[in-house]
Amino acid sequence: MGEPKRTPFYQSHIKYGGKLIDFGGWALPVQYSGIIDEHHKVRKEAGLFDVSHMGEVTVEGENALAFLQYLVANDVARLEIGQILYTHMLYPTGGTVDDLLVYRTGEKDYLLVINAANLEKDWNWIQEQAAKCENVKVANVSDDMAELALQGPKAEPILQKLTDYDLSSIKYYWLVKDINIDGVKCLVSRTGYTGEDGFEIFCAPGDAEDLWEKVMGAGEEFGLAPTGLGCRDTLRFEAGMPLYGQELDKETSPLEARLNRFVALDKEEDFIGKEALKKRLDEGLKKRLVGLEMLERAIPRSHYKIAKEGQEIGEVTTGSYSPTLERNIAMAYVTPGNTKLGTEVDVMIRNKARKAKIIKLPFYRRPR
Amino acid sequence: MWPKNFKFTEDHEWVKVDGDEAQIGLSNHAQDALGDIVFVELPEVGDEVVQGEPFGVVESVKAVSDCYAPLSGTVVKINEALIDNPGLINESPHENGWMIVIEPSDLGELNDLMDTAEYEEYEKTVEH
Repeated sequence: MGEPKRTPFYQSHIKYGGKLIDFGGWALPVQYSGIIDEHHKVRKEAGLFDVSHMGEVTVEGENALAFLQYLVANDVARLEIGQILYTHMLYPTGGTVDDLLVYRTGEKDYLLVINAANLEKDWNWIQEQAAKCENVKVANVSDDMAELALQGPKAEPILQKLTDYDLSSIKYYWLVKDINIDGVKCLVSRTGYTGEDGFEIFCAPGDAEDLWEKVMGAGEEFGLAPTGLGCRDTLRFEAGMPLYGQELDKETSPLEARLNRFVALDKEEDFIGKEALKKRLDEGLKKRLVGLEMLERAIPRSHYKIAKEGQEIGEVTTGSYSPTLERNIAMAYVTPGNTKLGTEVDVMIRNKARKAKIIKLPFYRRPR
Repeated sequence: MWPKNFKFTEDHEWVKVDGDEAQIGLSNHAQDALGDIVFVELPEVGDEVVQGEPFGVVESVKAVSDCYAPLSGTVVKINEALIDNPGLINESPHENGWMIVIEPSDLGELNDLMDTAEYEEYEKTVEH
């Protein structure tokens, strides 16, 4: 493997003291001041994340909508211009290629925002599917976009200082294509992966460091801090948001992952995996995602087995100490019949059975 | 920077011998590399520990790490404060964040460890 790739914000991370790691081939900060500290900061004030490693693919043309209806499981037809939805690309088996956001940026223009870890695979998949379709053009524009996530209750007042555009008019899961943020041209969406209010801001790579400094400057009076991948994971986990590779994978469909509301099984158009999903429902899902809280002092981690009365019933997908709830919690798949709230189970940790109980997901919902 | 009478392992544990007792913990390098420590699993008083083998576990937010015994012996004390406050290891790795005290069975094993000067050199060569 060569040197990790650098995002357009690399120098900003160095300047602000980020602890860089190799994240799927990218040099990105796992933390600055500390994961727990940064986690609390995002929930109470605001944090600034470099998420430029995410992939972006444009879809345009006469058949853009028809193509997307086939490519993804959610109903893209309900998007107005400027609206965004969360969805999945599925294999014909019903398992997941990736989860992604679809931004409708124009009449027949869309932007797909996809996981960094799956970029190559997703791009190949999208191209393969697009080849079957006329009058649709797809382009991988990942290298042309830098992206920041400004997340937390103070995100709006911070960003508002830098623009005349009334940010309060941007509703959750809506975007504005062309906003002037203190002289930098940006696409701004009210989206995020933390469970807090916030914005994801796309700009040209050449404007990246300048934008960073402007946002950090505006955020100073509100306590804005740069935040890394470590707290990005604990924040999304508390908010019950899935991570591809853990809650979703090649074998697992959105149905097992409690994401049914994002699957439009009743949409008229056929989509890849539709028949397979219907079959999974007819046969009964083989596993379901639940939340767990430890009843004994121990931390559940990915892949730890779950048992009940001596029988293996499942496995942890994501587990961690939760800084906001101050408890050890996990998301896990268990077999049907074991999903009732309050059910006591054992998490196998270093060959010992540690008691846990099934609790509601998500673990955390931001106060409104 | 390092207390002078400490000896160190390559896994960044320290040991401080005082009469017939040896106090053991994680070095500042270790706690810095681990990040926020959220959980500590310690042996029980009376347990045997063996040089080079795990005697306990520390968990940071992101990872689980074994702690390796610098010396062999019998556990005579454990730092109960770490149960409710595992972050003590981050705050004070060489003092209040001590993990266990053992009665060493073979002080000759100290020769296998690095003294402060050697550890400082070693630290420079190690990646986080």
